[in-house]
Amino acid sequence: MAVEIMKEKYRSQVREVVLGATKDEGGTRSTTIKVGGESTLPFLHFEGAVPNRPVVAMEVWDVFPEEWPQNLKDAFGDVLNDPAAWAKKCVDEFGADLIALRFKGADPDVNDASAEDCIAVLKNVLEAVGVPLIVYGCGKLEKDNAIIGPIGEAAEGENLLLGVAEQENYKSVASAAMAYKHSVIAQSPIDINIAKQLNILISEMSTPLLDRIVIDPTIAALGYGIEYSYSIMERARFGALNGDRMLGMPMIGNVGHEVWSKKETFIPVDEEPGWGDQAERSLAWESVTAMALLQAGMNILVMRHPQAVKLIKQNIDELMQDNSY
Amino acid sequence: MGLSGLEIFKQLPKTNCKECGYPTCLAFAMALANGKASLDACPDVTEEAKEALSSASAPPIKMVKVGTGDRVIEMGDETEIFRHDKRFNHPTAVTVEVKDTDDLEARLAVINDLIFERVGQEYTVDMIALVNASGDAGKFKAAAETVKEKTEKNVVLVSEDAGAMEVALDVLADRKPLVYAANKDNFEKMTELAKSKECPLVVKGDDLNSLAELVDKIVALGYKELVLDPGSRETSKVLADLTQIRRLAVRKKFRTFGYQTIAFTSKDDPQEDLMQAGVYLSKYASIVVLKTDKKEHLLPLFSWRANLFTDPQKPAQVQPGLHPIGDADENSPVYCTTNFSLSFYLVEGEVSSTRIPSYILSVDTKGTSVLTAYADNRYTAESIAAAIKSTGLEDKVKNKNIVIPGLVAVLKGALEDESGWDVTVGPREASGITKFAKEKFA
Repeated sequence: MAVEIMKEKYRSQVREVVLGATKDEGGTRSTTIKVGGESTLPFLHFEGAVPNRPVVAMEVWDVFPEEWPQNLKDAFGDVLNDPAAWAKKCVDEFGADLIALRFKGADPDVNDASAEDCIAVLKNVLEAVGVPLIVYGCGKLEKDNAIIGPIGEAAEGENLLLGVAEQENYKSVASAAMAYKHSVIAQSPIDINIAKQLNILISEMSTPLLDRIVIDPTIAALGYGIEYSYSIMERARFGALNGDRMLGMPMIGNVGHEVWSKKETFIPVDEEPGWGDQAERSLAWESVTAMALLQAGMNILVMRHPQAVKLIKQNIDELMQDNSY
Repeated sequence: MGLSGLEIFKQLPKTNCKECGYPTCLAFAMALANGKASLDACPDVTEEAKEALSSASAPPIKMVKVGTGDRVIEMGDETEIFRHDKRFNHPTAVTVEVKDTDDLEARLAVINDLIFERVGQEYTVDMIALVNASGDAGKFKAAAETVKEKTEKNVVLVSEDAGAMEVALDVLADRKPLVYAANKDNFEKMTELAKSKECPLVVKGDDLNSLAELVDKIVALGYKELVLDPGSRETSKVLADLTQIRRLAVRKKFRTFGYQTIAFTSKDDPQEDLMQAGVYLSKYASIVVLKTDKKEHLLPLFSWRANLFTDPQKPAQVQPGLHPIGDADENSPVYCTTNFSLSFYLVEGEVSSTRIPSYILSVDTKGTSVLTAYADNRYTAESIAAAIKSTGLEDKVKNKNIVIPGLVAVLKGALEDESGWDVTVGPREASGITKFAKEKFA
């Protein structure tokens, strides 16, 4: 008896966004990366196209990441004081598809690094690796608004993915992207309507930017409300496939940033004997968080632990295998 | 999924006799469609109509139980594809594989001991899958005896050799184990075994087509306590098969696939094993059988299950009350938030990362967030003061100082009057806590 396979026909597909730019395209990257473009829900190759595999960006900071748990620091050896060497190791040894450079040091409460300091680090990293870059500020709005323009200008034409534009504060990032040919992370607080509204606001500044937006739906770590992110992502993707142009962007998730502040990643086993080995548990927390988000349609995972990256990349390899009937 | 009121109405006698308690047959039909009435209340409904209506209102996926008494596990009975539409009913049964060639006593002792506590919830391994890896019926039987003696967990008996299954099932039949599996060669014997012992049976195909064929044959033999295994073992293929089975059952009401599913991981490395199990748990497997029995691997899996199977229509709540973070003592700071899980977890995460032992006072706001609860009069000077009293906070800390969210700074004066405590206005967002704590408490 032949089972009648059920295939959904969607009206639309996710927008394809290109990250990075090669020499011919006005940048210096040796490779570019395409994300999005799928015309079905995650990994359902039997009914639609999944032209681009989800990618993994590894985080690099401009300062030594003091607050990271020891086992996470140990996984990198002695490069954590040198962003360029750190980035190079992520690409060469750990297989990072992109580097997410976070200017933690720009935080007025950390080093209050200036735009010039940040640009120097950025240039070193651009020189050390050939992959496309994601750039995050320090998370303090005022400071980030002050440095994002100069950073964008200094890397004109590289098509960086610039973070983050929010509903109340999108203009400086979007302007930098518009003026210097970069892409934008549009971040909304686990709210599909705000995600959409923000994309409309950005596109009103510049229509061509529509093809250079990546949605950050705001993700939570495993055990800390990830189900909200999961459902918002599923609904957004469903909207995209059904023709909502303002929701049809690829999605990015700040996995490492969310996971590695949670106590499951640093409480030692002698304090929580029921939770098992801390080193193994912490990286499993990151890999399982990423696994769940992939199942909801995540396109870019920003992560930290090399072993978690290895596991999720293998998971992606397996899920990208054709499953047509 | 069910019939509409009008479709049901067509099957009713249309006498408007009122004996069902509703004024008209149409009103009764509407109540039936909403699940508020039972067809039994109609005195005149024909047998024919009864059958048509009850098969249409049967759940698209049959519920099947493994185990007995307090330990029974209910699975299946799902009605949705996406959790945002409506809650997934029955959390996936997490099952750890053991072999009849293992040092079983030692392995069972480890598995029995796996009890996880996280955010006030306790998880244990739901079942063990005993695999006849030796291929020897005698060894399988002996292993079943060890299982019977050494663990109270529910069991999946894994052998496609009907002879071995028969002897092991004799030992464990009282526990109502899941029989794995009927395949195209052994299904008559396996069905007979499962039927005679009244145990649920897994039907294993080589692909979806052969699975459907086999299910129909077994149903024709008169047995319906079934669980499906499409036979695939590659991550991507299993994802596709589980998705098809769920869609066909729920959307097309394809009865042949109206059963729950079981998925086995195929990895030897425990970290990879966990990732694969996570995919199957996310996408519709009612039972996931994996190999790792390490706490550090199973805790994330249980946590993901707990998240995925929450009710999306209810705000997730944490237990209201006092939550110590680290080794909190009488000199520790006290932060006050609501019992909305997202608010609480955000605050908890930030407070833990300050590495300063602290208390978090979670006020019962019925799972609403700070501003909503404030607007709703659930997060007020009175409710916070009452929580300070009812949790005995006054005896636990000496400093009598409480930090409230910056969003409700306006409560400061009233709360000081109401509670007699000093009130510090904290940051507006949880993300400001680290800096705030560094300045105030470090």
